[in-house]
Amino acid sequence: MESAKTYSDTVVRQFAIVTILWGIVGMTVGLWIAAQLLWPVLNFDISWLSYGRLRPLHTNAVIFAFGGSALFATSYYVVQRTCHVSLFLPRLAAFTFWGWQTVIVLAAVTLPLGLTQGKEYAELEWPIDLLIAAVWIAYGVVFFGTLATRRVKHIYVANWFYAAFIITVALLHIVNSLAIPVSVGKSYPIYSGTVDAMVQWWYGHNAVGFFLTAGFLGIMYYFVPKQAQRPIYSYRLSVVHFWALISIYMWAGPHHLHYTTLPDWAQSIGMVFSLMLLAPSWGGMINGIMTLSGAWHKLRTDPILKFMIVSLSFYGMSTFEGPMMSIRTVNALSHYTDWTIGHVHSGALGWVAMISVGALYNLIPRVFGRDKMYSTPLIDVHFWTTTIGIVLYIASMWIAGVMQGLMWRSVNDDGTLTYSFVESLEATYPFYAVRLLGGALVLSGMFVMAYNVWKTVEMGRRIEAVPVLEPA
Amino acid sequence: MDINTFRGIMTLLLMVLFIGLVFWAYSRRRKTDFNEASQLPLEEHTTQIPDERGN
Repeated sequence: MESAKTYSDTVVRQFAIVTILWGIVGMTVGLWIAAQLLWPVLNFDISWLSYGRLRPLHTNAVIFAFGGSALFATSYYVVQRTCHVSLFLPRLAAFTFWGWQTVIVLAAVTLPLGLTQGKEYAELEWPIDLLIAAVWIAYGVVFFGTLATRRVKHIYVANWFYAAFIITVALLHIVNSLAIPVSVGKSYPIYSGTVDAMVQWWYGHNAVGFFLTAGFLGIMYYFVPKQAQRPIYSYRLSVVHFWALISIYMWAGPHHLHYTTLPDWAQSIGMVFSLMLLAPSWGGMINGIMTLSGAWHKLRTDPILKFMIVSLSFYGMSTFEGPMMSIRTVNALSHYTDWTIGHVHSGALGWVAMISVGALYNLIPRVFGRDKMYSTPLIDVHFWTTTIGIVLYIASMWIAGVMQGLMWRSVNDDGTLTYSFVESLEATYPFYAVRLLGGALVLSGMFVMAYNVWKTVEMGRRIEAVPVLEPA
Repeated sequence: MDINTFRGIMTLLLMVLFIGLVFWAYSRRRKTDFNEASQLPLEEHTTQIPDERGN
């Protein structure tokens, strides 16, 4: 098979750099709205800056701009390296970069303007949805084209996870975004009522399962062995992990709709499948962590590996917490409280952000023609600010959430509510302050990373294209 | 067919599929292939610095 002589790394470099940029932007907006919950005056009475409009901006920026760019960067890098071939249609790959950045900019403009479909994590209006679909199909063509032109027999397991992520996100996005446009900035979903809710959370939870889990497991399966310099603990387990995870995740969505008009049997399916998810999730976590078996000493000196192993620990924690929260009676306490926010951030910051950061510290020197990052101690600083920040964040939200749940359900002997809503809000303020501090620590770590990356890229030498490695 | 019979058959079918997958993945015949595949992320350009094995 004839192929280009060098890897197509331009698009990898671009996506890697914007990952850090969008991480900082998304987390800054997050910090701002966390501060608004403490000091509502921070919306300055400007509708564009109100909490309800900035919150979807925060979620879209961190999930799709930060997380999405990390997935694009790493998947393009991994698929080329493990297939021993350069990207299929590199110009189309360039289109995915510029297309995705356009989506992000359009989101940053339309969401504060209040243009929204009102579906969580699928807020963007229909013209942007069309662009997302085009970019995503192009992404699929590039990725699967590269797999098809590979020069080795096997498709490495990381690519299986990336492949499942790309296919499923296309399906989820297109089905959930089906809408009837009435003007450029307004559309109505083709679903209504309970069906709309069910489609929305089928989308929403699979965005967690495939965007935020399968894709990042692809990162894990390549970069943990790479950084530890040893093969994955059990390749056989990774195969079982893959098929079990993708088969079960599809059905877990209804746990977002406990005690609603969704039929009870559908709620039960969502709960049972969420509980079963514990097995493949922990299979994957154990597989990643045990890769270090016999080489634990590396954790002492390598902060990049620390990022990866701690991210797997957070993954294990949140995939234990998630099934527990999907149990209907637990959900009765936790739902609509800040416990959910704590859970999401244990997954999104602990797992998704930390594994991405770890992978980027491994990838950036390699695609910029350096041996290693400019400063290893600064990676350690980043590691500790992030870890302490996340622990403060999730611990405060756990306590706040359980407290809110208990206060809301508490009734007096005569059947009246013990507490008004405002009393529970007032009791939450100290925890909002701790959360703000935790978030500030995480964000400050991102600035340390940006400086370290800047110095790494700046360090003299010209970037030379990396020749495609001959298959072993 | 009664819907519950159908559900029972589906459950059984999925169970057989899963157990089959586990047996397939853990069979001795897959071992060499999986070992080869697991090395893929570790291959790197070694023109500058040879590793311990001298590659």
